[in-house]
Amino acid sequence: MTRSGGNAPPDRGSAGGSRMSSNRPIRLFRNLNAKISAIPMIATALVVFVGGTVWTIIYSFTNSKLLPRAKFVGLDQYERLWNSNKWLISIENLFIFGICSLIFSFIIGFVLAALLDQKIRFEDTFRSIFLFPFALSFIVTGLVWQWLLNPDFGIQSVVRSLGWESFDFDPLYNANIVIYGILIAALWQGTGLVMCLMLAGLRGIDEDIWKAARVDGIPMWKTYLFIVIPMMRPVFITAVVIIASGIVRVYDLVVAQTSGGPGIASEVPAKYVYDAMFLSQNLGQGFAASTMMLLSVAIVVIPWAYLEFGGRKSHG
Amino acid sequence: MDSSTATLPTSHAARAEPRGKKPQRRLSRRNIIIYGTLTVAAIYYLLPLYVMVVTSLKGMPEIRLGNIFSPPLEITFEPWVKAWATACTGLNCDGLSRGFWNSVRITIPSVILSILVASVNGYALANWRFKGANIFFTILIVGAFIPYQVMLYPIVIILREIGLYGSLTGLVIVHTIFGMPILTLLFRNYFTSIPEELFKAARVDGAGFWTIYLRIMLPMSLPIFVVAMIIQVTGIWNDFLFGVVYTGPETYPMTVQLNNIVNSTQGVKEYNVNMAATIITGLVPLIIYFISGKLFVRGIAAGAVKG
Amino acid sequence: MASVSVKNLFLSFGEVKVLQDLNLEVGRGEFLVLLGSSGCGKSTLLNCIAGLLDISDGQIFISDKNVTWEEPKDRGIGMVFQSYALYPQMTVEGNLAFGLRNAGVGRAEIAKRIKQAAELLHIEPLLKRKPAQLSGGQRQRVAIGRALVRDVDVFLFDEPLSNLDAKLRAELRVEIKRLHQQLENTTMIYVTHDQIEALTLADRIAIMRGGAIQQLADPHTIYNRPINKYVAGFIGSPSINFLDGAVTRDGKPRFTSGEVVVDLERYPFEDGSSDGACAFGVRPEHIAFGDAAADSPFTAEVRVDVVEPMGSDTLVWSKLGGQDFRFRVDGQIPVSTGENVRIGFDPARASIFDKKTELRL
Repeated sequence: MTRSGGNAPPDRGSAGGSRMSSNRPIRLFRNLNAKISAIPMIATALVVFVGGTVWTIIYSFTNSKLLPRAKFVGLDQYERLWNSNKWLISIENLFIFGICSLIFSFIIGFVLAALLDQKIRFEDTFRSIFLFPFALSFIVTGLVWQWLLNPDFGIQSVVRSLGWESFDFDPLYNANIVIYGILIAALWQGTGLVMCLMLAGLRGIDEDIWKAARVDGIPMWKTYLFIVIPMMRPVFITAVVIIASGIVRVYDLVVAQTSGGPGIASEVPAKYVYDAMFLSQNLGQGFAASTMMLLSVAIVVIPWAYLEFGGRKSHG
Repeated sequence: MDSSTATLPTSHAARAEPRGKKPQRRLSRRNIIIYGTLTVAAIYYLLPLYVMVVTSLKGMPEIRLGNIFSPPLEITFEPWVKAWATACTGLNCDGLSRGFWNSVRITIPSVILSILVASVNGYALANWRFKGANIFFTILIVGAFIPYQVMLYPIVIILREIGLYGSLTGLVIVHTIFGMPILTLLFRNYFTSIPEELFKAARVDGAGFWTIYLRIMLPMSLPIFVVAMIIQVTGIWNDFLFGVVYTGPETYPMTVQLNNIVNSTQGVKEYNVNMAATIITGLVPLIIYFISGKLFVRGIAAGAVKG
Repeated sequence: MASVSVKNLFLSFGEVKVLQDLNLEVGRGEFLVLLGSSGCGKSTLLNCIAGLLDISDGQIFISDKNVTWEEPKDRGIGMVFQSYALYPQMTVEGNLAFGLRNAGVGRAEIAKRIKQAAELLHIEPLLKRKPAQLSGGQRQRVAIGRALVRDVDVFLFDEPLSNLDAKLRAELRVEIKRLHQQLENTTMIYVTHDQIEALTLADRIAIMRGGAIQQLADPHTIYNRPINKYVAGFIGSPSINFLDGAVTRDGKPRFTSGEVVVDLERYPFEDGSSDGACAFGVRPEHIAFGDAAADSPFTAEVRVDVVEPMGSDTLVWSKLGGQDFRFRVDGQIPVSTGENVRIGFDPARASIFDKKTELRL
C-alpha cells in the first residue's frame, strides 16, 4: 500500500509531471533515498532471515560433519536425532520447563500486577524490585542461583543448620528435579516482564468499568475473573507469544547454571544445537535439531499470527 | 463544622452518625494481604542480589563456615580486586577486565550502528513507503521469532567469507542484524505517531529525505532514541550466544568470560571471587536500569507490544 | 422530602481541595443537572454521591438514610457512565443480569425486570448481542438499562451523551426526559458540560465552578437572572454581551458607558446592591432590530461590522460605545456589512454585575 503523500519524489516540481508524460522519472528511482536506506533491512531479511533459514533446512538433509557438504542423505539426520537420548531429554526438559514457566509466570505476573494496581503506596519501589532481574543476563542469573542452590553452602545447608536436618533441596545435583532448579531462576529473571505487560493491560482497562462493577455490587475477585481477565485477552496472547519464543531459545541460563548436568539431565534443544555444531563437529545434527526448533516456534507463532493479523479483516 | 476538623476523620468514628471519611483501620485484612504478598515477593526478588553482595565481601574461610545469608563479619574487597584483575580463564590470568573492555568495544559500536540503521529504516517505512517495503518489513518481524540457532551457522559462513569471523567487527554486524527487527518496529511505530502534516509541511517547504530526518524527525524523537539505547545496551551487554559463537578467547565478551571463570573445573572454587565477578558483570545493566527507570519499562513495553 | 442531600461536603486529594463545604438538596422525583466546564468538580461530586470516591468530611443522605459510609451498591443508586462501561464479554442480557445475580435476585424476578427495562428502552431485539455489535446510542441505552434493572430511586448520569454525535445526542436526550416522566418519583442527577442538555432536561440546574455551586435554580431563572457574571457568561449561546461602565442611582438610576447612557428605571435591582463600576450584560437574542427597536425603552444606532448567517437567524457584530456588541436578527432579514442599523432593548431584561465582586446588582 502506498500513500499519495509519501509516494511522490520530493524534489519534483508540480510543473514537471503534468506537462509531459515522457518526463516521468523511472519507477526504480522514485524514492531513491528511502530505497537506499532500506538496503540493510532488505539484505537482512533476504540473506540472513530467509536465506539462512532455507540454507539450514536444506543442509539438515546432508551428512555434513566438520564442514557443510552437499551430500544428501534424506531424513537420516532426523532419524538419528530422534533416536538420541540427549535430544529426547532436551525435548522433555523444554516441555516441562515451558509449561511450568508459562503457568507460573502468568500467575505470579498477574497477581503481582493486580496487587500493584490497587492504588498502593510505594508502587514504583515494588515495581522496580520485581523488574530488576530482567535487566540481568541469563549468565548472571544462572550463576547466582547456582550459588543459592549449592547444597553445601546454599539454601539447603542454611535450612539444615536451623535444625531441619532432613531438609533436601539440591535440584542442581539431582537429575530428577534439576529442570525445576532452572525454572526457579528463570522465573526470578522473567516474571517482572510478565508483570509489566499485565500491569499495562490492567491500566488500559476503562476505569468506568470498575466503577460500574462497584455500583452493581460485584465483588472484586468476580470483577477480575468475569470482566477484567476476559477483557485482557489480547495482552495474554501477546505475553504467551513472547514467553514461548523465549522459552524455545533458553540456552545461556542452562549453560551457566548446570552446563546441562548432572550428566545430561538438564540439556535443552538450543544447547544440543550448539554442542553439535561447535563442539562435536556434527553440523548435520545441529541443522536438523535447529530445524526442529524452528518447527516448534512455527507451531506457536503461526496460529497466533493468523488470529492476530489474518482475523483482523473479518472483524472489519 | 469548621474545616480544621475535616482533616481528622477518625475523630468522628465514635459518633453515631456516619460523617466524613469511612473509618478504616490501617491494618485492614485487605492491606495485610496486599502488602504482605508484595513484601514476600520483594524478598524473593531481592534475596539473590543480597546474597551476591554479601558473599563477594566475605573471605573464603568465612564462607566455608557460615551461612550464605549472614552479613560478612569482616568486609574484604579482595575478591573484587581478584575478580577484576587476576582471576583465571584457562591460561589467561588477567581477570574480568579484558572481558569488560571487550564488551565495551562490542557494545558501543553495536549500539550506535544498530540504532542508526534501524532509525533511518523505521523513518523510511513510516514516511516514505515504497513498493515492497512492507514485504521486507514483515519478513523482518517474522524473522525475529526464528530461533537464532537456525541462522547461527549461515552467518558463520558469511562472516568467514568476508574475513570477519572471530573479530569484534563481525560481532558488531551480528548484533546490528539481530537488533534490527525490534528497533525498526520501535522507530517505525514512533515515527508513524508523529502527525503526518508535519512531514507534509516539510515536503512543501522543499526538504528532502535526509533533511527531514535530521532536522525534524531526529529532534522530535530523542526519548525514543534513549529507549532504543536502553534496549540495545542491556541486550548486547547481556548477550552470551553470539559472543561465544562469533568471537575467540581473546575477544570474548564479559558474559562468556564470566561463565568461563566461574564454571572452569580446575582449581579450588572461590565463591567470593565468583560472586564478585558476577556482580561486576551485572553492574552495567543494573546501573542503566536504575537510572532509566520508567524509560526501561517503556522499552520493554515497546519490545513486547507489536504495532 | 429530600431524596438526595449532601451536607457540608469536603473533598481533597492531598493538598488539593476539590470540593469545599458543599451543600445540596435534591427533591424526590426531581431532575437535577450539575453543569460546568471541565475540572469544576461536577463529576467528582457525582462520584461522591455514588460512593465511588471517599469524601474527606461531610455527610450524604439518600432517601433520608445516611449513606456516608455505605458501599455504592448499598446506596440505592444506579449509574450511567460516559464511556458506557458495559462488560464487553457479556451479552446485553448478561450485562443487565450480572449485578442482579450477584445480589441474589431470583431468576424469575431478573427476567421480569430485564423485560421491563428492555421494553422501556426499546432494546428487546438487542438482548442476545454483545456490546461490540451495538452502535453508540444502543450501548448507552443498554447502560441506562443496567441502571434501570437495579430498581432504585436515584439515577446518576455522568456525561452520558458526550461520546455520541450531535444527532444521536438530541435523540437520546428526549429519551431520557421521557424516561424521567415515565418513572414517577425517580430522582435523576445528571452531569454535563452541555448547556443545551442542562436547559432542556433539568428541573433545576446547579452551575459549578472551582468545586463550589455558583447558582442552583430552575433553568428559567438561571437564564434570565444569573446570579453572577460567570453564570451569565456560561449560559446562553451566542454568549451574552458585556458593556463596561458604571451605575449611578443618585436621582434617576442609569448606566453610563462613554456616550451610551441606559435608563435603569425599570431594572429590578437586588436588595443592598451598591453603585459603581460594573458590567452591563444583555443577551444577543433580547435585542430588537429595525422597526421593532423603535418601541424599546433604549435604542441606539450602530454600524454593522461582521455578519454571520446561521440559517434560522443571523448573528450581527457591531460596536456600542466602542465595545463589541452582538445581536441576533431573524435569518430572513437582509443585513449587510457597513450598514447603519437601529437596535434597541429593554433594560429590565438585562443583567448588571458589580465589577469587583461580579455579583448581580
